[in-house]
Amino acid sequence: MLCKLSFKNIQKSFKDYAIYFFTLILGVSIFYIFNALDSQTVMLNISSSTAEIVKLMIELLGAVSIFISFILGFLIIYASRFLIKRRKKEFGIYLTLGMSKRKISMILFMETLFIGMISLAIGLILGILLSQFMSIFVANLFEADLTRFTFIFSKTAMMKTLIYFGLMYLFVMIFNTINITKCKLIDLLHASKKSERIHLKNPVICTIIFLISISFLTYAYYSVTVGVEKLLNFQDILTPIVIGCISTFFLFWSLSGLLVKIVTKMKKIYFHGLNSFTIKQVSSKINTTVFSMTLISLMLFVTICVLSSALSLKNSMTSNLKTLAPVDIELEKRRNLTLKEIENQWNLNQNMIEDSTISLEETLKKFEIDYKNIFEDTILFSVYNDQITLKDTLGTYYEEAKRNYPYLRDTFKEDMIRLSDYNAVAQLFGLSQYTLNENEYILISDYETMIPLRNEALKRNTSLTILGKNYFPKYSECQDGFIHISSNHINMGIFIVPDNAVNDHLIDKEIWLANYKNAKEKEEKQKIEDVILNIEKHPYIKNTSLNITTKIALYEASIGLGALVTFIGLYIGIIFLISSAAILALKELSESSDNIERFQMLRKIGVDEKMIHQALFYQIGIFFLFPLIIAMIHSIFGISFCNYILETIGNEKLLESIIMTSIFLVIIYGGYFLITYICSKNIIKEK
Amino acid sequence: MKILKVLNIEKYYGNKSSLTKALNDICFEVEKGEFVAIMGASGSGKTTLLNCLSTIDKVTSGTILVGDKDITKLKGKELNRFRREELGFIFQDFNLLDTLTAYENIALALTIQAIKGKELEKRIEKISQELNIVDILKKYPYQLSGGQKQRVAAARAMITEPKIILADEPTGALDSKSAKMLLEKLDYLNQERKATILMVTHDAFTASYTNRVIFIKDGKIFHEIYRGESSRKEFFDKIIDVVTLLGGDYSDAL
Repeated sequence: MLCKLSFKNIQKSFKDYAIYFFTLILGVSIFYIFNALDSQTVMLNISSSTAEIVKLMIELLGAVSIFISFILGFLIIYASRFLIKRRKKEFGIYLTLGMSKRKISMILFMETLFIGMISLAIGLILGILLSQFMSIFVANLFEADLTRFTFIFSKTAMMKTLIYFGLMYLFVMIFNTINITKCKLIDLLHASKKSERIHLKNPVICTIIFLISISFLTYAYYSVTVGVEKLLNFQDILTPIVIGCISTFFLFWSLSGLLVKIVTKMKKIYFHGLNSFTIKQVSSKINTTVFSMTLISLMLFVTICVLSSALSLKNSMTSNLKTLAPVDIELEKRRNLTLKEIENQWNLNQNMIEDSTISLEETLKKFEIDYKNIFEDTILFSVYNDQITLKDTLGTYYEEAKRNYPYLRDTFKEDMIRLSDYNAVAQLFGLSQYTLNENEYILISDYETMIPLRNEALKRNTSLTILGKNYFPKYSECQDGFIHISSNHINMGIFIVPDNAVNDHLIDKEIWLANYKNAKEKEEKQKIEDVILNIEKHPYIKNTSLNITTKIALYEASIGLGALVTFIGLYIGIIFLISSAAILALKELSESSDNIERFQMLRKIGVDEKMIHQALFYQIGIFFLFPLIIAMIHSIFGISFCNYILETIGNEKLLESIIMTSIFLVIIYGGYFLITYICSKNIIKEK
Repeated sequence: MKILKVLNIEKYYGNKSSLTKALNDICFEVEKGEFVAIMGASGSGKTTLLNCLSTIDKVTSGTILVGDKDITKLKGKELNRFRREELGFIFQDFNLLDTLTAYENIALALTIQAIKGKELEKRIEKISQELNIVDILKKYPYQLSGGQKQRVAAARAMITEPKIILADEPTGALDSKSAKMLLEKLDYLNQERKATILMVTHDAFTASYTNRVIFIKDGKIFHEIYRGESSRKEFFDKIIDVVTLLGGDYSDAL
């Protein structure tokens, strides 16, 4: 009997449940898709270094899933609270008929069970189908060939989805039961009759709070953009975030009161058509939903920032490589190691001192590698170091720099390179070559945060003292360039000095740049790469500080990292987006049913159906737009902050990814808006 | 001049097996400037009649002419326009929007007709003086008493200067003092503004303020009495006589 009743209830209120149901299905399928990623990558033909990243990615996605399940759990509880609120009268009638609260809880329990089971089933089926498309996307991201199409089904992901969602539904059931047992019959029966009390806020207090929150927000904005360099540790970053969250709350609180006040005063607009009605509708709700508005706005903010940053990161990482890794391999080895240096660095050991006395070529011989046959376009050069630190090279600017950037590592040792060596490297890399007079030096750097500091020192004509001789900058600005292959702009500064300025005692590292011989195709390059990587298995590897960087490894790592960031960004972004949109939609729908009477009154005094729909459209539109606009304003600063953090990794094509994010936003958020509008229209339809 | 002509209207509910004739061949006319009450017990069909007149409900057969327009033929936009431009409503439960102030509630009737600015202010000022609600215009419905609310509703109904005002048990939710005050105001609007008012009620006292009372029983017109030159008290006694004649369950409505 109870079973039948709850099943009928679901059938009857399917219209109201539709959006809740839809969200649940989406949630389940997204959860499945991202947790099924491991089985999708298994079939791809990927190298071992990518496999490592994939493993990391799956572990991270697992951790993120726990966080996501909290968000979804919150959403489901929030939604079911709305649905119960709507049905208070129904429960009241059950109680007057003599049904016990326990039985009502049972009905709710059954309903949640039915909805849970149906949504899980449909969600999983949808998820399994969609994950087939996902594998094409995955293959694309990892630039692996999808040689053959196979139907993939991840049993672990399914189990995980079932367990996580099962737990969530269980919590909802407990929550519902508590909620029902707390209710009083009289409240249940009169739930729909409560008359609206309008609490207009004091405009003076509103203005004051508005101004205060605006100024705090400005401060937060300021500190993450202009003052961003002062943010040194986690706590410093947390402060503007917390300030931002709190002032967003008060902004909503004051703005809702203030805007209504202002529009009410603009008589021409206010007394036009149904405007007065629409505005009062919105204001009466905004007053009571400041908290959820804040939450939604902040979630949208996170979504926008995460999506656009993640997408731009992925875009730029691969594009950087073409210019930043112009050759196939870089071998680097420390020379003239001292005991003191070994103590300070974890990756060095005693045996390496001995190895550092021999040349890089001799070390390679120990590995029995026939490098002459596999390398071409080789350049072997040294990097010099004369205990000159950043403190020295900043000269008179040091004190000021230290004040502005307290985290400056002033013991950082400066690298130097001979002019002829640099020109050879520059030729190979396709960079500009330079000339130098007897007492000049040139500073090259491509690390954007470091360049302004360096430039200031160069402008002050700071001298460089090597072996008792002074050298002065040729240019008052850093020149663009680098000597190590990498996936990012990370050259903090290298000094080009005249050839005779340094001697062999100052050699700090030896670097060997080369291309693979006669290897044009990817397969040929991979063959040589495999030979080189065999070095890692050689017993002598423990005795040398030899470090090998290859273009292929860089490439794979950055693709992997890009994919990782993209996946996690998409996962969090989409879930946040559907959660916030769903909360808004549910709120709006439950209000719509309260508003049936009001719209009925409008009809009675002869308002056109068209006007009513328009009023409804504006009302829902304002509700959806308000948090979005605030979130967008936040995002301008949020993205520029992410931009700053990700600068070292590269963030080109930001515009492209912002456009992508907007598309996501329009489709998901806009979709929810439209569904809400259509459903509301149905709810208030004349019976 | 006849402002309303109701010709042989019928309203059936249900299906062939169980047919309810809520209105059964009703005919009457209302002159311009008349104040008419329709009386009947609950279930007599008076509210159905009012709903048909106000185009909220549709008749099964028959014709209703307002002015010279057959409103049973109106559809969609025309219907809405007719409703907002030529009819004024006063409801038993006031039907004021609880989110709007009294002023805004009254203004809404005008703004949906695209009347705005000075004209709007002038009209509201005038009607609120006439109905003695100037002091409460800034208040919200929940801050008002029933009588005040109903006068605001009356102001909203009057402000568009409709051809006819339809009132559905306007005193139903009011205490006797407020009811009396409202009726005096309606009487005033009828006398001074020449407003045509058609009121549905089951209360003889309320009906005694009108010029004419039409009695309905079981969906048919049972009787009709005019006030003529008699005083309100005499008219009240006449009404009571008819009500007694109607007898049965109606007496408990008094």
